[in-house]
Amino acid sequence: MINNKNKKPYEQAYFPPTPSKFTKFMRTCVLWQIFRFVKFNLMITKLLIRSHH
Amino acid sequence: MARLVVLGGGVSGHTAATFAAKWLGSTHEVVVVTPNSKWNWIPSNIWVGVGEMSVDDVTFELAPVYKKAGIVYKQAKALSIHPNGSMQSDKPFVKIEFTATDCSGETEELEYDYLINATGPKLNFGATPGLGEGTTLGEHTVSVCTANHALEANKKLRELISEMKSMPDSQKKTFLIGTGHGMCTCQGAAFEYIFNVEHTLKQEGVRDKADIIWISNEQFLGDFGMGAMHIDRGGYRTHSKVFSESIYAERGLSWIVGAHVNKVQKNMITYEKLDGSINTQKFDFAMLIPPFAGVGMKSYDKDGSDITETLFAPNGMMKVDADYTPKSFEEWSANDWPATLQNPTYKNIFAVGIAFAPPHPISQPKKSPNGTMITPTPPRTGMPSAIMGKAVAGSICDMILGKSKTPTHTAKMSEMGAACVASTGKGLFSGTAAAMTVYPVVPDYEKYPETGRDQELTTGEIGLSGHWVKHLLHYAFLWKAQLKPLWRIIPE
Repeated sequence: MINNKNKKPYEQAYFPPTPSKFTKFMRTCVLWQIFRFVKFNLMITKLLIRSHH
Repeated sequence: MARLVVLGGGVSGHTAATFAAKWLGSTHEVVVVTPNSKWNWIPSNIWVGVGEMSVDDVTFELAPVYKKAGIVYKQAKALSIHPNGSMQSDKPFVKIEFTATDCSGETEELEYDYLINATGPKLNFGATPGLGEGTTLGEHTVSVCTANHALEANKKLRELISEMKSMPDSQKKTFLIGTGHGMCTCQGAAFEYIFNVEHTLKQEGVRDKADIIWISNEQFLGDFGMGAMHIDRGGYRTHSKVFSESIYAERGLSWIVGAHVNKVQKNMITYEKLDGSINTQKFDFAMLIPPFAGVGMKSYDKDGSDITETLFAPNGMMKVDADYTPKSFEEWSANDWPATLQNPTYKNIFAVGIAFAPPHPISQPKKSPNGTMITPTPPRTGMPSAIMGKAVAGSICDMILGKSKTPTHTAKMSEMGAACVASTGKGLFSGTAAAMTVYPVVPDYEKYPETGRDQELTTGEIGLSGHWVKHLLHYAFLWKAQLKPLWRIIPE
């Protein structure tokens, strides 16, 4: 039988960072996301202003 | 009275035509030539591809909109450009062939004073054996490039989901999503689709019975055809490779990169990797984006001699004011990219969106030991396309109205930003999105020596807010494109 436990540390998905429980919570926290939504739109506006010549 | 002819009614052509009609008024004429009867908000095709939207939700009839705007609309495709006119007249013209059912096949020689080439891409399925024939999608894979392709993709997805529901837990189906050739662009569409498929499988309770694999011509995940980017977040400056791999790992997706798909068969592809190895991958469902090419227009001189090479690059894209001198990757500069998008030989011809020939890729070119080029071509869709359309319309209007003899606006990809929102699901509170912005699209290492980008405007994050942005963009751009009240205040 193949020992899959020893394989795991060498699989591609083992290397990248993955989000903590807190990060996952903040991604769907409505109050925080409303703030991020406003900030994202302000940044897009700035990006657009700098893109038109 | 001057006549502006716009070839193509996609994002860039539609933007150019509608602004030109507004700025020129009824004194001058704007004509749009497009083979399609409907306008399609392509980014939302992804939601059609997983059954969250219908074709009608992402398209609308062009004729009533152009009638309202005072634009002459010809449902036709352009065959050839005659920039010096004919033996009978010096007036330049375009030869078009009608595609509407009542006059299909009829041709017309349409004279112009100014011409905008916004024909978009030819979906070159035929470039990969088995992926399709010419511009027609084959039978082994699906696509989300058009709304009807996306509809068919959802049909096949749903059939497979039904099968998976009755399958024993020990069995698995393989989903393969990505690019179908070594020279593809538009990784973003496939990137968004893979997450939507994963989300749909989860919702349907069959995620555990699926292996989902990404395949791409990028040399690493997160290249996006623009040489990647850096994001300042959590106290670190993180490369988009790390950002992207994190998203894939979190969702249990695996990836194959640096791959040129060279053959598609029923339930199996053959692909070559950058190391020269030839591999196969089985699949039960595959969505592979085709490479893009120019639409294949020709150009003729007065006497009928072929001058296509004067107007077009070998890939069929139109030459503009870029620096096309062959250079090594190390010599590339932000200044190589076109500014006015004006053809250097014929000053009354411009090209926007995918129709213009880029001077070179943005990502580092890579070749396998077998000599196969495996390099993403530069993305020029969405936001950059619309910005180019508006800039060129502004320049032409100023020239027609006598304000200037040279273009007054520029739209250089090394001086413009872009946003990419890859959303999963459609529910306002059940979906999330990876929202990314980049400025400029083409890195400028002279201006921004460290990363080539303005880090304040180059961002990436995951959350509900990006998902809301995607919704906002969908409704705002469809509103704008239909010229509904206050359409002009919605920015490109």
